Amino acid sequence: MIETITPPSTPVGGGAFTVVSARHPWRWAAGIMLTAIMGLLVFSAVTNPRFGWDKVARYFRDVTVVNGIEVTLFLTVICMAVGVALGVVLAVMQLSPNPVASAFAGGYVTIFRGTPVLVQLLFWFNLAALYPEITFGIPGVSLDANQLITPMTAAILGLGLNEAAYMSEIVRAGIQSVDQGQTEAAGALGMPRLLTLSRVVLPQAMRVIIPPTGNEFIGMLKTTSLVSVLAVPDLLYSAQIIYSKNLQVIPLLVVASIWYIVVTTVFTVGQGYLERRFSRGTTRSAPPTAWGRLRAFFRVHSPLATRKGTNDER
Amino acid sequence: MSVETNADTMPLVRAEGVRKSFGPLEVLKGIDLEVERGEVVCLIGASGSGKSTFLRCVNHLEKIDGGLIRIADRVVGYHLKGDKLYEQSHNEVCAARTDIGMVFQHFNLFPHMTALENLMEAPLRVLKQPRKTVEARALKLLEQVGLAGKAKSYPRHLSGGQQQRVAIARALCMEPKLMLFDEPTSALDPELVGEVLRVMKDLARTGMTMIVVTHEMGFARDVADRVVFMHDGRILEEGPAESVITNPRHERTRAFLSAVL
Repeated sequence: MIETITPPSTPVGGGAFTVVSARHPWRWAAGIMLTAIMGLLVFSAVTNPRFGWDKVARYFRDVTVVNGIEVTLFLTVICMAVGVALGVVLAVMQLSPNPVASAFAGGYVTIFRGTPVLVQLLFWFNLAALYPEITFGIPGVSLDANQLITPMTAAILGLGLNEAAYMSEIVRAGIQSVDQGQTEAAGALGMPRLLTLSRVVLPQAMRVIIPPTGNEFIGMLKTTSLVSVLAVPDLLYSAQIIYSKNLQVIPLLVVASIWYIVVTTVFTVGQGYLERRFSRGTTRSAPPTAWGRLRAFFRVHSPLATRKGTNDER
Repeated sequence: MSVETNADTMPLVRAEGVRKSFGPLEVLKGIDLEVERGEVVCLIGASGSGKSTFLRCVNHLEKIDGGLIRIADRVVGYHLKGDKLYEQSHNEVCAARTDIGMVFQHFNLFPHMTALENLMEAPLRVLKQPRKTVEARALKLLEQVGLAGKAKSYPRHLSGGQQQRVAIARALCMEPKLMLFDEPTSALDPELVGEVLRVMKDLARTGMTMIVVTHEMGFARDVADRVVFMHDGRILEEGPAESVITNPRHERTRAFLSAVL
């Protein structure tokens, strides 16, 4: 599908013939059918009064909702930062020649990836029941777990530590994608392990690490909605606060959903450009943008398109 | 740390009974080899004969299972105290490698750094030399290998021959006492082999001690002081380049040479 974007330099037939593109009637049939279905769905959504669009509009920029977005974004950024930092450490431990270090990291990943993040959140929230006093084993240190573990810290711990398990797998795959010859060349130049990792291996691993990390970021944005069970006033919980008072459940869920879509869309666009940037020089042609693909579809699949000789717009 | 005192008159490299196995497969079955200072030694032999493995043992990229390799007055990978060999830490191994340059078959340049950065990385961060000195030396080396204009180029914008010349300059930028070449022209298109061999020839003329694993018999004959023929993990024949290549004594050497020449 990419080849349509880069036209051949010499036209088919040497420019002497009119080139008629292949027609794809079934693509048009499927396109029309899907458009019809989409239209019906939109029509029903707009005409069904129970969606309460007027209330959606009223609460869309409600101060509680906007504060909720701020909390959601804050949580996403902090938890991803915790996840990435700890994930790198865990990945390096997993690849370490020390069997205890790699077993520890493996065990961490097993536990934190093997249990639902909701369960982990509840565990952190109820930490005081498990350890009423936190001493870290140091005499003289005694912290009240009930004061230390606020809903917010429980949320950051739960989401961040869980994310670290996933990030460590992503970073490990990235590190392993770098050619062994690079480590050898660095070693032959006398570069110790940590220097080799930071100067040679990780910069090259970034190309593999960045795209899935973008996915994790967008995933995290939505996973933060789980903290509503801890009464952290994120976007979803803010909507819940409002509808528990005015009982407009559906309109407020719609408000929250629209905001989630808006924020994820902004991040997705950003992620697309980030990926194109990091794939530059390594693949022959960067993946096309959505807009470019749509244009290509209409250019190729138009039943009226006959291209004489040279390709049209270039 | 010095064990021998008359280090300057000793051979630079002395391998005694070097053995190496990969699992059940014994790749080196007792290699004895001495390389004098300023000498150029070419290791030839069929693939799988162990020549590359031996070369990698010399700078401890592979750990040997038996025997000993000394470079100048030091034992590679170990401290010799009395009759005991104490394995070196990774950092000590790294420190020892700064004296030994290595050039790989697949260049292994750092793709995210320019040619100049490739050269400067280790002298700056391992030897901790001042940037000005390193940069001046790196630029001079790039000029020597004929790539003065390519300092700012990234490896992927260079041809294979140019990349390998950058790799040689990168190794030289550490100012090594010994250079190891592991089939430096085997991954190159035929028309690019000459430019790399020319750089190596120039280097040999400066008096650098070199151990070269190669299939280029012409280079071995013209440049090497000594040619070593390896077969099945052993040294079968060694001597002056002219006599080994044009007048081999051993049946297997003759068979190998008639296949590659």
